[in-house]
Amino acid sequence: MKLSGSEIIIESLKKEGVEYIFGYPGGAVLHIYDALFAAEKIKHVLVRHEQGATHAADGYARACNKPGVVLVTSGPGITNCVTGIATAHMDSIPMIVISGQVSRQYVGSDAFQEADATGITRPICKHNFLINDRESIAETFRKAFIISTTGRPGPVIIDIPKDLTDPKVKINFEYKKNIKIRSYNIKKSESDEKIKEAAKLICSAKKPMIYAGGGVILGKASNNLVKLTKHLNFPITNTLMGLGAYPSSDKQFLGMLGMHGTYEANMAMHDCDVLLAIGARFDDRVTGDTNQFCPKAKIIHIDIDPSSISKIIEVDHSLIGDTKQILKKLLDHTKHFKKDINKDALSKWWRKINSWQKKKCLSYKKSTKVIKPQSVIETLHKITKGKSFVTSDVGQHQMWVAQYYKFDKPNRWINSGGLGTMGFGLPAAIGAQLAYPREQVLCVTGEASILMCIQELSTCLQYGLPIKIITLNNRYMGMVRQWQEFFYEGRYAMSYMDAIPNFAQLAESFGHIGMVIDKPKDLEKDLTHALSLKNRLVFVDVITDETENVYPMIMSGKGHHEMHLAPSANEDIELA
Amino acid sequence: MTTDKRHIISILVENEFGSLSRIAGLFSARGYNIHCLSVAPTSDDSISRMTLVTYCNEAKASQLMKQLYKLVDVINVKDLTDETHIEREMLLLKVKSTLKQRDELKRLTDIFRARIIDVTDTTYTIELTGPSEKILAFIDSLGKIKIIEQVRSGALGISRGSESLEIKK
Repeated sequence: MKLSGSEIIIESLKKEGVEYIFGYPGGAVLHIYDALFAAEKIKHVLVRHEQGATHAADGYARACNKPGVVLVTSGPGITNCVTGIATAHMDSIPMIVISGQVSRQYVGSDAFQEADATGITRPICKHNFLINDRESIAETFRKAFIISTTGRPGPVIIDIPKDLTDPKVKINFEYKKNIKIRSYNIKKSESDEKIKEAAKLICSAKKPMIYAGGGVILGKASNNLVKLTKHLNFPITNTLMGLGAYPSSDKQFLGMLGMHGTYEANMAMHDCDVLLAIGARFDDRVTGDTNQFCPKAKIIHIDIDPSSISKIIEVDHSLIGDTKQILKKLLDHTKHFKKDINKDALSKWWRKINSWQKKKCLSYKKSTKVIKPQSVIETLHKITKGKSFVTSDVGQHQMWVAQYYKFDKPNRWINSGGLGTMGFGLPAAIGAQLAYPREQVLCVTGEASILMCIQELSTCLQYGLPIKIITLNNRYMGMVRQWQEFFYEGRYAMSYMDAIPNFAQLAESFGHIGMVIDKPKDLEKDLTHALSLKNRLVFVDVITDETENVYPMIMSGKGHHEMHLAPSANEDIELA
Repeated sequence: MTTDKRHIISILVENEFGSLSRIAGLFSARGYNIHCLSVAPTSDDSISRMTLVTYCNEAKASQLMKQLYKLVDVINVKDLTDETHIEREMLLLKVKSTLKQRDELKRLTDIFRARIIDVTDTTYTIELTGPSEKILAFIDSLGKIKIIEQVRSGALGISRGSESLEIKK
């Protein structure tokens, strides 16, 4: 089969089973767009800004565990992708970004719309390629998909000069699935001996704790995690990225840990004697002061990335490889050592944990005058029975979703955990909704974040995406204001959002439905109504309490046991 | 915190566009220093070998090795520091050589087994190969002789004995 470079790109994407491309055309990719025009199986989603394309591809990947594909032009096309690529990279999300480049004879001449795409993206992606000849296009695409989706996933950029996509030059096309990349090798399985040792250590615990992160979701290992945790009857916490990996409604689940984690999760971390960390990377928002992190615990770490081991916290035992397989083997081995578990000690540990839970650290002062942001999330959870896909931006609203929307399944919670990218939520919701057209997709955001990618409302109209946007509108960059209240004596430097648009009217002008909710008594009724409007995007502007803070909170440099609880939390509970 | 130590690291890397900047970029992005770096193709044209010297503590060195290995273009990495290995560096030095200084320079070159490779009526250019300490000792020994230009290759390293850095990853 003789094909042009552009046709080879499209055929390669078909061979990889790509259903959607998120993109924006421009000079250097016009040949590719022309070939895409003729392609039937691949649907193109036209975004309104290239950043939106990367976040949408990212949201798609997080929702359905398949790589998101982006197509953009050279120069500003690819530079606009930088934030989205870095976002995906920090959270290890598989993504392929195809960027056009100026023709080879102009490369390096400061040509129109020329930017050094591979140079700019090198530190923020798993790998990148600049294709130099037509013959290597197909192979490079195969390599990119292998690298992006295997091991610890991540974004891969393919930069392709325009002359290589010329429709007039055709070459033989063959797509070899089995390609060996000499310099790329993933350790898939861990030795039985090491897994057995870990099982023994786990079963020797008197105060065990399981700490599971996004790696469990990326490794499709949730089922195995649940089986192991249930089998052992151990307490478990999830990181922000891991929420949904273990069902939040289960009684063994202690909630999220870390800076805004629950009292019980953080106290259990501080007091445990054996910690089993799975697909988590000991991020600074999780560990707090590393010198005070799990001071009494032997730590076992399961991860696919060897460089994650002992990067932040020195661990005692590591299991490197595919999380799903390791968890399965670990379960088998723990069956042999289960008799060694000190049942009395474990029940004593559970009694201690239950006493921490009595603090009810997520309780907050209810109000009939102003809408409490926490109550919005609780109401959403109630209406949707916790089954929606929820995307968020970054800040207070993100933490409240993490705390109050109790995710029971993986891949439902889609947020920028590592990079903390405001503007992520709406385009990510586009990707999630396309991955699951029949599911309810919510974008919970703030009035500051939503404005960072607001143009994607136009994309939603074009593709008829019935996303429900819920803005917790407190007229402040809430998390910035909270830090200014705590650490800058209430000097709210530039965190007040002056001149906020009328979001309901704004949504209407984009062709959607806009709503405002500003009274607590209307909250459930109006939200229920908004969510019941099928086939339409509804933008719900919820006017919330402007002074509310996210609690509990571990101030930076403090340990897990030094949390600040909400002023309303129950301080009088006797601890066992 | 353990103290910083000198590490000499050998890297086999795909001889591809951007490989060098990936490695250099890793060092700057993660806050490591590169004391010196040398790179050249191997007998296999598709592979380059780098030798790199950095100063860091044990934990950082171990993390650095993992991060280097994680780079897709890197085929293999080895920290030569803790095994018996041979290091060599080359120095090219142009010094001022007045009539009065010529004897002294010739004597020093002989003591260090260096060679004078270019001569003008006012300068000598000297070539010296050896471990980095020897290079430094030679430069020190020049005392008041004026150095016009100094070029060092950076350290090269190889394991002693039959050990080798394998291509298989």
